[in-house]
Amino acid sequence: MSDKGAKKNKDIWVLGDYRNYFQSRVTLQILARARALAEITGGRVCALVFGHDVGEYAREYIAHGADRVYVMDDPCLKSYSVEKFSFLLTRMAREFRPDILLVGATRFGQEIAPRTAKELDTGLTADCIDLEIDDKGRLVQIAPSFGGNLIARIITPKARPQMATVRPGTFQERPHDDTATGEIVTLDLPENMPADRVRCIRSTYKPVKTRGIEEADIVITGGRGMGSKGKFKKLFDLAALMNAEVGATRPVVYSDWISHDALVGQAGKHIRPKVLFSFGISGAIQHTAAISDADFIVAVNKNPNATMMKMADVAIVADANQVCTGIIRAVKAAVRE
Amino acid sequence: MLNIIVCIKQVPMVSELPWNAKTGTLKRELAQGMMDPSSRQALEAALRLKQDPEQQTVTITALTMGPPMAEEVLYQAVALGADCGVLLTDRRMAGADTCLTSFILAEYLRNHAPETDLVLCGSQTSDSETAQVGPQLACELDIPAIGWASDIRLTGNTARVERHVDDFLEVLEMDLPGLVTVDQGAFVPGYTALGGVQSAFDASEVSILDAQALGLEKRFNAIKDSPTRILDVYSPTTEKENRVLKGAAKTVVDRLFKEYGKTISSAMGKDLKIERGREGSR
Ligand SMILES: Cc1cc2nc3c(=O)[nH]c(=O)nc-3n(C[C@H](O)[C@H](O)[C@H](O)COP(=O)(O)OP(=O)(O)OC[C@H]3O[C@@H](n4cnc5c(N)ncnc54)[C@H](O)[C@@H]3O)c2cc1C
Ligand SMILES: Nc1ncnc2c1ncn2[C@@H]1O[C@H](COP(=O)(O)O)[C@@H](O)[C@H]1O
Repeated sequence: MSDKGAKKNKDIWVLGDYRNYFQSRVTLQILARARALAEITGGRVCALVFGHDVGEYAREYIAHGADRVYVMDDPCLKSYSVEKFSFLLTRMAREFRPDILLVGATRFGQEIAPRTAKELDTGLTADCIDLEIDDKGRLVQIAPSFGGNLIARIITPKARPQMATVRPGTFQERPHDDTATGEIVTLDLPENMPADRVRCIRSTYKPVKTRGIEEADIVITGGRGMGSKGKFKKLFDLAALMNAEVGATRPVVYSDWISHDALVGQAGKHIRPKVLFSFGISGAIQHTAAISDADFIVAVNKNPNATMMKMADVAIVADANQVCTGIIRAVKAAVRE
Repeated sequence: MLNIIVCIKQVPMVSELPWNAKTGTLKRELAQGMMDPSSRQALEAALRLKQDPEQQTVTITALTMGPPMAEEVLYQAVALGADCGVLLTDRRMAGADTCLTSFILAEYLRNHAPETDLVLCGSQTSDSETAQVGPQLACELDIPAIGWASDIRLTGNTARVERHVDDFLEVLEMDLPGLVTVDQGAFVPGYTALGGVQSAFDASEVSILDAQALGLEKRFNAIKDSPTRILDVYSPTTEKENRVLKGAAKTVVDRLFKEYGKTISSAMGKDLKIERGREGSR
C-alpha cells in the first residue's frame, strides 16, 4: 500500500457512502464538486469504497466524475462498521496523503469523519454548504456558524488532509457518463484489522419517506407564525392541491406540529424547489441557509421587515393563515371551474 | 453500581444573540447562556436509566467544559437529578475546537473518573452543531461508541441501543465502558419548573477543576493547538426583485396569481387555466 511520489499530493478524496444508494446521492453530489475543485488544484478525484461485492459502486463513481477509485473488497467489510471503516480510512490517508478528504454528512459520515480527523490530528468542518479553493490553493470550508446566525469561511492552514463533511443536497450531481474512464485500484485488507466492539444485532431497511421534500418542485414551509398545530394543518391541504411537500422551521417540529424529517434548515433538509411558499417564518440563517437554491420565493409574514420577507421574490404582508386559505380557494377555483 | 457521565455544554440563547448585520459582529459574551438542548436530552436519558426500578444503582455526574459561568448548567443538572457536577474551566481551554474539547473531557475521565461505565453525550449542540465531540471523545478514550440512540437498555455489563440512521433501523450492542450519543427528539424532557427546585441543591455538589488540577501539560493552549482557522464570518444576503404586496388576503392572493400564476402553475406541473376544462371532464 504505497504510492511513490504521493508526498506533495493534490488528490481530493471522497468517501463512498453507498449503503443507501438510491435514496442518498450525497457521494455523487460531492464527486461533482470535487471534480470542479480538482480543475483548479490540478489534483485527481479519488473515491474510496470499502465493502463486499462493491465493484458496481466503483464503476458508478467513475461515471460520476472520479478519476480513480480505491476499493477494499472483503467479506469482513460486508456491513458498515464505523470502527473498521475509520481504521481503514485513517490508515490509507496516512499512506497516500490526500490533500482533501470529503465525506457526506449522512449519520454514518458524521460518525466516521470526526473519528478519522481525530486519528489524523487534522481539523474537520461539519456540514459545509459550500467548498472553494482560494488563491493559495487551500480548501475554504463554508459552513453556517456562530449559532448559525452567520456563515463562516474556515481553512485548515497546516494539517492535512483538509477535511469536511458536506450536507446532502448541497451540490448537484453530474449526469451519469458511461464513457468516462477511470482507474480502479484494488487494495488488500491490512492484517491487523480491529475487531468490532459494537455488535449489530439487527439492521432493517426502513426509509423515512419515499418522495423527499428535497426533490419537490413546490415546497410549502410554515413557521411559528402559523399559530397552532391545528392551523398548521392547512398547509397540508394546500400541499395536496399543489402536489407539493410541506416543510417547517425548528420551533414547529419541536412543538410537534409536524414530524422532525420535515425540518428545513441547517439541522434538517436542504431544498431546491422551483417555487417556495413560506408562511410565518422569520428567516433565521439556520433556516434560510437551506433554501437559497429556491428559484422563486413567496413569503407571507405580518412583519414586512422579517429577513424572510427581504429574501423573497414576492413578500406578502398579511396574516399567514388568511393568505393560505385564500390560496387554497384560488387554486381550487382555478382547477375546478 | 453504575457510573454515568453526562457531557453537557452551555450554549448561548441564540434568539437573543446581539448580532449586528451591518458590521457582521456578534457579541457572544453578551448572550445569555442555557443548557444545550441535545445535552439536556442526554441528561434525560441518564435520568430515565436512574429511575428505572430494574436498574442497579445509578450515579450521574454532569461534566462540562466552558467559561466559569457554565457552572450554571451543572446546578441545573443537579436540580434535575444528577448527583454531582464537574466544571473544567481555564483560560488555556478557551477556544478549544472539537478535537481539543474531546481531549480535555477525556483527560477528566482518564485522570479523575476511571470508574465510569457509560458516557452520554447529546448528538449535536445547538450552537456549533458539529456532532463531533461524542465520536471524538470515544476515539480519544478508545472505548466503543454508538451514535444517535433512540433507546438505551442496560443489562449487566452490556448496552443495547436502538437507532434509526440513514434509513436503517438498527439494534446494536456493546460492552461497557462505552459511549452513547442520543438522537434529537428521542429523549424529550417533560417540562420541569426549575424555579422551586433551584434552591434545593447544595453548591458543594459542583466541583471546579482548572488545567493544572485536571492534569493538562503546561504547554497546553487550546487556540494555538487548533488545526482549523476561521477566515471570516459574514451574514448571507440575497439580491432579489422583492415585490411587496399588501392588503386584504383576497386582494393579495388575486394579485399573486395574476402576476405570478404562470410560475406557480408550471412548478405544479399543470396549467391552471387549461386544467379547468380538463378537470371538469374527468
Ligand atoms: C444551531 C442551530 C440550528 C438550527 N437549525 C435550524 C434549522 O435547521 N431549521 C430551522 O428552521 N431553524 C433552525 N434553527 C432555529 C432558528 O434559529 C430559528 O429559531 C427558527 O428558524 C425560527 O423559526 P420561525 O421562523 O418559525 O419562528 P420565529 O422566528 O418565531 O418567527 C415567526 C415569524 O412569524 C411571523 N408571524 C407571527 N404571526 C404571524 C401571522 N399571524 N401571520 C404571518 N406571520 C406571522 C412573525 O413576524 C415572525 O417573523 C436552528 C438554531 C440553531 C441555534
Ligand atoms: N464544552 C463541552 N462540555 C461538555 N460536553 C460537551 C462540550 N461540547 C460538546 N459536548 C458534548 O458533545 C455533544 C455534541 O457536541 P458538538 O460536537 O459540539 O455538536 C454535546 O451534546 C455534549 O454532550
